[in-house]
Amino acid sequence: MNKVYDNKAWLLILPMLALVAFSAIIPLMTVVNYSVQDVFDANTRFFTGTEWFVQMLNDPALQSALLRQFAFSLTVLCIEVPLGIGIALLMPKKGWQASAVLILVTLPLLIPWNVVGSIWQIFTRGDIGLMGWGLRELGYEYNITRSAVDAWGTIIIMDVWHWTPLIALLCYSGLRSIPEAYYQAARIDRASRWAVFRFIQLPKLTNVLVIGVLLRFMHSFMIYAEPFVLTGGGPGSSTTFLSQSLTTMAIGQQDLGPSAAFSLIYFLIILLVSWVFYTAIMNMQKDKEGGA
Amino acid sequence: MSQSKPTTPTEVRQRAAVEDKRRRRKARAVPGRLRPKLLLGLYLLFVLLPIYWLMNMSFQSNTEILGGLTLWPDNFTLEHYTKIFTTEAWYMGYVNSITYVVMNMVISILVALPAAYAFSRYHFIGDKHLFFWLLTNLMAPPAVFLLPYFQLYYTVGLFDTHIAVALAHCLFNIPLAIWILEGFMSSVPKEIDETAFIDGYSFPRFFVRIFIPMIRSGIGVTLFFLFMFSWVELLLASTLTSTGAQPIASVMTSTSTASGIDWGTLAAAGLLTIVPGILVVYFVRNHIAKGFALGRT
Repeated sequence: MNKVYDNKAWLLILPMLALVAFSAIIPLMTVVNYSVQDVFDANTRFFTGTEWFVQMLNDPALQSALLRQFAFSLTVLCIEVPLGIGIALLMPKKGWQASAVLILVTLPLLIPWNVVGSIWQIFTRGDIGLMGWGLRELGYEYNITRSAVDAWGTIIIMDVWHWTPLIALLCYSGLRSIPEAYYQAARIDRASRWAVFRFIQLPKLTNVLVIGVLLRFMHSFMIYAEPFVLTGGGPGSSTTFLSQSLTTMAIGQQDLGPSAAFSLIYFLIILLVSWVFYTAIMNMQKDKEGGA
Repeated sequence: MSQSKPTTPTEVRQRAAVEDKRRRRKARAVPGRLRPKLLLGLYLLFVLLPIYWLMNMSFQSNTEILGGLTLWPDNFTLEHYTKIFTTEAWYMGYVNSITYVVMNMVISILVALPAAYAFSRYHFIGDKHLFFWLLTNLMAPPAVFLLPYFQLYYTVGLFDTHIAVALAHCLFNIPLAIWILEGFMSSVPKEIDETAFIDGYSFPRFFVRIFIPMIRSGIGVTLFFLFMFSWVELLLASTLTSTGAQPIASVMTSTSTASGIDWGTLAAAGLLTIVPGILVVYFVRNHIAKGFALGRT
C-alpha cells in the first residue's frame, strides 16, 4: 500500500504511547537504575557501574540456567514446528468438522499457564495420574521428582502439548490462503504429494512460520509457570530455567542489583535473537512487494 | 485395452477428463486415505487425554481419587463444584480474573485502533523504529518487570486492584493488538478512506461509522487474542494482587493445606478456567484462521 507521509499520524499514536510508556519505559528505567547501584536502604546507595553485570555473567548457576534454557528452546522448536505443520496439513478444511477440530486444537492455548502445570502434575503422578500410573504398569520406573531425565521429558511433552497448537493454527491459516488453482495446476502436472508440499505449500508457509518460530522462541525462553508448578525447578536444579532463577533472586532473596543486571542481560538476549527474525520478516516482505 | 491415437483437441480433452475421473475414483477407494484421519485422531487424543483426566478427577470425591485409579468416576459427585460456587474466595477468583481481563481488553483495543490505523496508512518520523520498539515489549520476559511493577504500582497506590493488572497486561497486549489490527487494516483499500473524506466525513465520524464496521472480524479476532494472553498470564497478575483482586490461578495455589492437596477441588477449578476460553473461541471460530496469520494472508 502507498502510505502518505504525514506527521499528524503521531496524534493517533499518542494515547497508546502514553500507556505503553507507563508500563514499559518507567519500569525498565527502574531496572536500569538498580542494575548499576548497590542499594542498602532508601537513603544509602552506591554506584557500582558494571560490577553486577560482570558478576552475573560469571555466575556458574546462571550460566547453566542459560544453557538449559537454550537447550530447552531448541528442543521444543525442533519438535513443535514439524509436528505443527503436519497437523495443519491433516486438519479438515470445510464443514462442521473443520470448526470442531479448530476449537479442540485451540483448547490448550486457552488454559492459564499454571493450570497447564497443574493438569500435567495430576496427569503424571504415579498414584493418581493416568500417564504416571500407565508408565509404571508398563514397568518403567517413572518419577519426575527423582529422575532429571523424566522431569525434562515431561516438561518437553507438556510444552509440545501446550504450544504445538499455535504453530498448527498459524500454518492452517497459511494453507487456507493458497488458491485452489495452484492445486489444479499441480494435478495436471501429476505432481507427487511431496512435490505439492515442497513447492506449493511450504513457500506459502514461510511467512507464518517465521512469526510462529519467533513467538515460540520468545515464549519458550520466558517459560515460568508450567515447570514451576510441575517440578518446582527440580530435581536439584535440573529444570530451573532463567525466569525462575530471576524470580527467586528478585523476590525471594531481594538482591536488587544483581537481579536487575540479570534482567537486562536476559532481555537483551531475547531482543537480539528476535531482531534477527524481525529483519528477516521485513526483508521477506520487501522481496514480496518488489516481486508483485 | 488398446486405444487409437486421439485426433481432435476435443477428443484429447474428453479422454483426459475420463482418465482424471478414473484416477480420482481410485484415489478415493484406497484405504490409505483413512490414515490422515487416524493420525489427526491420535493427536486429538493426546490433546484431550490430560483434560479428560482433569474432568474425571473433578467429579470424584477425594477419597475415591486417593483410593485407587479409576478411568471414570464410580461415585459421581458435584461436591467440588458446589464448594467453588459457594465459597467466596473461590468464586471471587473467577470474578477478579474476568474483571481485569475485560478491563484490559477494553483499554487495549481503544488505544490500539487509532495507533494501528496510523501505522497502516501513514509514514511518519520514526514509524519503523516505533513499531520495532512496540514489538520488543512483546518479547520482554514478565519476570524482568516483576519487581519494578510491584514497586511502581505500590507507589501510585494501585497495588491489589484490578486496574493494576489490566494496565500491566497492556505491556504485551497493546503491541499484539496493533500488530494484528495493522494487518487487517492494510487489507482494506485506501480508496475507501479517500472517498469518505471527499464525501465530507470528518475523521472521527469516518473511523467510527465506516472503517470500524469494515474490520469487524479483525476486531473480533484481536479481542480473542487479547482475552487469551491476559487470561493465561499469571506471574504479573499474582504479583500485583494480594487478596482484593486475586486471580483464580493464584487462588488455586491455596488448595494445598496441612492435610495434603485437595485434588478434587484443584481439578474442578482448573476445568472451570477452561470454560471461558471455549466460549470465546466458539464465537470467533470462523475468523480465527485469518487472525492467526495476523491478517497477513
